[in-house]
Amino acid sequence: MSVSVRIPTILRTYTGGAAEVTAEPGDEATLADLLEALETSYPGIRGRVLDDGGALRRFVNVYVGDEDVRFSEGLATPTPPGSSVSVIPAVAGG
Amino acid sequence: MTLLSSDSVTSFGPAVALACRECGTRTELGPHYACLECFGPLEVVYDVPRVTREQIAAGPQSLWRYKDFLPVPADVASQPGLRPGWTKLVKADNLARELGIRSLWVKDDSGNPTHSFKDRVVAVALSAARQLGFTTIGCASTGNLANAVAAAAARAGLRSVVFVPSDLEAGKTVTTAVYGGTLVAVEGSYDDVNRLCSEVAADQPWGFVNINLRPYYAEGSKTVGFEVAEQLGWHLPEQVVAPVASGSLLTKVDKAFKELGAAGLVEATPYKVFGAQATGCSPVSQAYRDGTDVVRPVRPKTIAKSLAIGNPADGPYALDVVRRTGGAIADVSDEEVVEGIRLLARTEGIFAETAGGVTVAVTRKLLAAGLLDPDAETVILNTGDGLKTLDAVAPVVGPSATIPPSYDAFQKAGLA
Ligand SMILES: Cc1ncc(COP(=O)(O)O)c(C=O)c1O
Ligand SMILES: [Zn+2]
Repeated sequence: MSVSVRIPTILRTYTGGAAEVTAEPGDEATLADLLEALETSYPGIRGRVLDDGGALRRFVNVYVGDEDVRFSEGLATPTPPGSSVSVIPAVAGG
Repeated sequence: MTLLSSDSVTSFGPAVALACRECGTRTELGPHYACLECFGPLEVVYDVPRVTREQIAAGPQSLWRYKDFLPVPADVASQPGLRPGWTKLVKADNLARELGIRSLWVKDDSGNPTHSFKDRVVAVALSAARQLGFTTIGCASTGNLANAVAAAAARAGLRSVVFVPSDLEAGKTVTTAVYGGTLVAVEGSYDDVNRLCSEVAADQPWGFVNINLRPYYAEGSKTVGFEVAEQLGWHLPEQVVAPVASGSLLTKVDKAFKELGAAGLVEATPYKVFGAQATGCSPVSQAYRDGTDVVRPVRPKTIAKSLAIGNPADGPYALDVVRRTGGAIADVSDEEVVEGIRLLARTEGIFAETAGGVTVAVTRKLLAAGLLDPDAETVILNTGDGLKTLDAVAPVVGPSATIPPSYDAFQKAGLA
């Protein structure tokens, strides 16, 4: 089973316009591995989500299932087969 | 999505572009909100307006008197709208005496059409929605924004779709639903609602005021700062205390003060900006205390639901403003929030919602801690109306006595 990833509008130039893509990062994979798998299929995409130091950018939120990865283990958060991941720009509230 | 009209640049008035707050990359004016390079939030940039105090003073008694500082067309005041703004700046001598501060004002935004400062941000976002051709507007909201969007859409003849957490205060649900738009109660926290709306906004041709219209929306908060300065006789207060949810209002009050100075409308005197949160949702206050610029998300648990954003997008910028100006951010318990509401009501006759209670209580705390100067001219922002959050105070206030309708009973009750 693969991992499904929802792609925000501003990254869809990397996915040929697709709003949702899949990746096969492996059974023991983490978010970091998932991003690597995505990078292979969609070159350039990882550098948009991570900053120069390899950390998640300040204004991007990544969810595995319903959980913001900042609440769990960040890039070390497990992304097992069958999970769904969303990448969403942070937005102001109200 | 592309711009609909070729004269779109002039239809955004003095605005010239959008620019990333993180890396400065510029983007054309349009329904864009996140930087293509770094995801940073986009912000409207302008040419410095050439406008005099007299011209502003002769303008409408609404936020549109500051149209030369907003991304709106010159004829914005002629479009159907609720005309928020130009709310009272109340000299709060009784509260000042109680708090031990020399000169204090309350900027009372409960006087707006739907009783919170959110009418300001929505008015600007609605103008942008028109320019961009959206016929449906939406939002993710803790309640006040839902009120404002539903009402403004009704008046403008647009469709509205607003999303709120399902555990919202009854007062805010009713005062949204009554306007007849679509109200979606989401079983989750505000942060869950926000996430859902971000995904909906990416795929529906709707103008979400705080998502894909965010750069325009956020500019509306500047008008609180403009009004405070004008109402003080065209000068900047030395201290301001603002409630913080996403942190947008606080940062825009600072932007307003800077823009007034740059335009030569006020002397660019120093000022300090202070932030107020409820302890049950205080990620920005915690980051301030920890001396970090990383705002760690939290799971909110407080009666101050309008401030219950656990993952505030403008949190880092609120920290920047507070640190740059020499202010501070503090948080208070729910009990202190209720006391804050009662104190403002008892001293000034202003019934604030929980956010205002947070602001009053934090003001008291900052004074006690010596962080607010009791001799400096201070303005605190009451951003919403207590009638929407009756549940917060209902358990602790009530009749002084319940008596039969006889004079005898009145006398016996010792009320004279
Ligand atoms: C009454 C009230 N005050 C203050 C705020 C905080 O505004 P901001 O999210 O811009 O920090 C909100 C936001 O929802 C609010 O409803
Ligand atoms: Zn950027």
